[in-house]
Amino acid sequence: MNFRVIAKRLLFFVLVVWAASTIVFFVPRLSTRNAIRERFGELARTGGFSPGDIEKLIASMNQQFGLDKPLLDQYWQYLNNIIHLDFGYSLSKYPTTVTEVIAQSLPWTIGLLVVTTVLSFVIGTILGAISAWPKAPAWLRGIATPFILLTGVPPVIMGILLVFFIGFRLQWLPLGGAYSPGLVPGWNWTFFFDLMQHQILPALSLILGSVGGWVLSMRGMGVTIQGEDYVNYAEHKGLSGLTIFRDYYLRNALLPQVTGFALALGTVVTSAVVVEGLFGLPGIGTALNLAIRANDFPVIYGIVIFITLAIALLMLILEFVYPLLDPRIRDS
Amino acid sequence: MTTISESAAPDIVRQPSNLTLFFRYLRRNKGLAIGVLILVALTLFTVIGLFVVNPKHAYPLSAALKQPPSLKYPFGTDFFGRNLLVAMVIGMWQTALIGLLAGGIGTAIGVLLGFTSAYFGGWIDATIRTVCQILTPIPVLLIQVVVAGSLDKRDVTILTMSVIVAMLAWMGPTLVVRAQVMTMKERQFVSVAKLSGVSDMGIIFKEILPNLLPFIAASFVGQVFGAVFASFYLAVLGLGPLREPLLGNLIWAAQNQGAFFNGWWWWPLIPSFAMILILGALALVNMGLDELANPRVRRTE
Amino acid sequence: MTIDTTPARAKKPGSANANVTEPVLRVEGLEVTYYTDLGRAKALDNVGFTLNSGEKLGMVGESGSGKSTMALAMMRMIKPPGRIEGGKVIVGGTDLMALDELGMRRARLNKIAYIPQGAMNSLNPVMRIGAQMSDAIRSHIKGEARSTVEDRIAKALRSVDLDPGVARMYPHELSGGMKQRVCIAIGILLQPNVIIADEPTSALDVVTQRQVMETINRVQSEINAAVILIGHDMGLMAQAVDKVAVMYAGRLVELATVREMFTDPKHPYSQALISSLPNLDNKGVFQGIPGLAPSLLRLPKGCAFHPRCPHGKGELQSNVRPEPVILPGGRMVTCHLYSEEGHVHEGAK
Repeated sequence: MNFRVIAKRLLFFVLVVWAASTIVFFVPRLSTRNAIRERFGELARTGGFSPGDIEKLIASMNQQFGLDKPLLDQYWQYLNNIIHLDFGYSLSKYPTTVTEVIAQSLPWTIGLLVVTTVLSFVIGTILGAISAWPKAPAWLRGIATPFILLTGVPPVIMGILLVFFIGFRLQWLPLGGAYSPGLVPGWNWTFFFDLMQHQILPALSLILGSVGGWVLSMRGMGVTIQGEDYVNYAEHKGLSGLTIFRDYYLRNALLPQVTGFALALGTVVTSAVVVEGLFGLPGIGTALNLAIRANDFPVIYGIVIFITLAIALLMLILEFVYPLLDPRIRDS
Repeated sequence: MTTISESAAPDIVRQPSNLTLFFRYLRRNKGLAIGVLILVALTLFTVIGLFVVNPKHAYPLSAALKQPPSLKYPFGTDFFGRNLLVAMVIGMWQTALIGLLAGGIGTAIGVLLGFTSAYFGGWIDATIRTVCQILTPIPVLLIQVVVAGSLDKRDVTILTMSVIVAMLAWMGPTLVVRAQVMTMKERQFVSVAKLSGVSDMGIIFKEILPNLLPFIAASFVGQVFGAVFASFYLAVLGLGPLREPLLGNLIWAAQNQGAFFNGWWWWPLIPSFAMILILGALALVNMGLDELANPRVRRTE
Repeated sequence: MTIDTTPARAKKPGSANANVTEPVLRVEGLEVTYYTDLGRAKALDNVGFTLNSGEKLGMVGESGSGKSTMALAMMRMIKPPGRIEGGKVIVGGTDLMALDELGMRRARLNKIAYIPQGAMNSLNPVMRIGAQMSDAIRSHIKGEARSTVEDRIAKALRSVDLDPGVARMYPHELSGGMKQRVCIAIGILLQPNVIIADEPTSALDVVTQRQVMETINRVQSEINAAVILIGHDMGLMAQAVDKVAVMYAGRLVELATVREMFTDPKHPYSQALISSLPNLDNKGVFQGIPGLAPSLLRLPKGCAFHPRCPHGKGELQSNVRPEPVILPGGRMVTCHLYSEEGHVHEGAK
């Protein structure tokens, strides 16, 4: 691991975040909508207004948000802010800053996201490897099939179905929310139990839909690896099926799978976010949902950039994991 | 006693017709077969539906409100008075449009860029490749949310949806096509063609493209899948062309009106099932085409 | 009655086989068919031969003649859509075809070892060389102490002229020739009765070729195994082997000692092969063999070679398959030209 390589990876990381931020900056400004004007339009509709004063308010808000400065100046200011993780103020929850909004909702998301992602990946990878291995018993290979069939089902729909059948019809699990209303959060068993109950359906929606994806990619990789000469040669050496599966097949197929995991992070996070919205869990997904409905642009942009940052960071970390897995990379 | 054979040449291997080979392959690759079957069924439903139904019924206030499925309204109606059967037909047609359009755009860009990148190499290749790599980690869906969310609600139409969806989806096909063309460039049949005096364009069309077709086809289906998926998500979040009966829109509206709590279960469920069928079929076909493109996968069947 | 065609050789040390004329390898009636979408392809058709300890058999033929299929069939590594349809492969008294899965797995590397073509890709990229050798050992011999295993590995590596330190390296750190020699080392780890080397030098330069061939010779004499060398380089065969077997369209058309094959080939195909070799003494026009090898999916009726054979116009050649016959002196030919001279080989169906 030499300096040049590390520098290159860091540069990549920075470029990704920069690209995302730039897109998020310029795209909305291409449209004719002005967030502040709309916001005040809404407020005015409910509260009544006098035209002259409204304009003065809008102008002063514009100034506060720095929207009256030339575009390029705004851009530099914007980039500068991002480096300091300052995403500005939330429009709908003013004067809460976007960063606060994110900070409040993040913990809920992380728990769900991390657990479901890791579980889906591990289960999917193992099932995928097994399902492509011709020597594995047929029933074992068959376990993967229902998951594959479920790949077409987006977690959101899965969530809807689960909520309907298990939550509504069977009433086994709660329909939404992070915990039952009226329960006070605290470090006790009752709360924890209730919390877990509420996490099951969202977790299932995410896991059931995404396991299939991992199964398929691992299976594809597995098939390719199977065709490799060294797997064949391992059989020539008279090694047991299990040894070949573990040392020659799995270990090699895992490499691109981990890469795939890094690339898929975007989708993983997005699905989690949307499912959250569906179940009304107070995480980033719901925050995003509410922001969309309220046209709270700073929050929307802040969340998008934040998530991009998180993904890019995870990818960066994974880049350092590869050499541990593949000796060929260590030396190149 | 056998007749004396004068011919010295061995018999030509009798090739079964291409159609027979195709069906034999389908028998082995059941996933592809099922996927294609479902897609054909859905297409029939949509096409027949388009001829049979009155499109106006897919829009609000064209039928009795909140009716559960019955003979008169096979899929029921929703809160706004849309005949769900008609809505489904129109919605599926629109989804297909978005899928094909966005998929087509994405694939076309991908093929063009990937090919250019691989064929010309040098800094062109480096630039295109680096741009693709940088854009890949960006959560595409979220960006699409940003874009869709920034648009004036009236500007969101089927067409703009397609463009939005295709905007950030071309990186995958670009890299795939590029990888394939690169391996082909190195392989001997290209050098042989060059030596035989075939022009550059000739090489492109006669040698490289035919070999690329399976990959392009697989990429296209993947793109369609992605496009349908993305448009669905955007619609479910309420960012789609709200007037249109897109399946995602229907579900979003249902959630908004608390369909489950009010007992109008058919409203979100039926579009959900339709969506599962569409995405599932596309996924199967995609997998099947991947197999076709990768002969090694075929060998183990 | 088994025909003994070779001079007596030293017994393999510790071998239970006291009778020196009992061949360590006997192949009888081996048949392999591939069931493809386009039809059935007979990759091996009634192939049979014997080999003694310490002997080297060179197997030559065009691409698709069945030589590699032969090797795979002997290791029982034919994968679908191919199937071994029949025959026996008797190594040191045991018929490999009759073994169950576990038995065959134990026999691989132990009784019969395979050195792959193209060692470039045959080594697991993520495992050290030593690990890839020790797992082979441990699969066959349970409970050996680590130091014993390491000694075995070091000894094998030294036999192929490699430094024992190679065991700690990864495959990508080795050159092509070194990787090939590692594969040879793996092949001799358990001192098998039969070693099959599948085109071991095809991908290497001439200098390394020589190294590798010398290595194979040396290790063979150390453990007194029977070696089957598969290739298409007749010149290499001339220098390296004792007997030569010629394959054509899945059939064994001639089997003779190296001297016999190069001075007096009997089968028209062998004759054409030999005469096509460049010869410093006989300068002249390059001789090829007219026509193409037939597709295994649709073999010519009768003798597989008859369309390209100068003697192939007769009714017999076009309609009746020739059977392998043994000529005086012990060589075998599968050709109508010699069907009266010899008697039918016992291994034939």
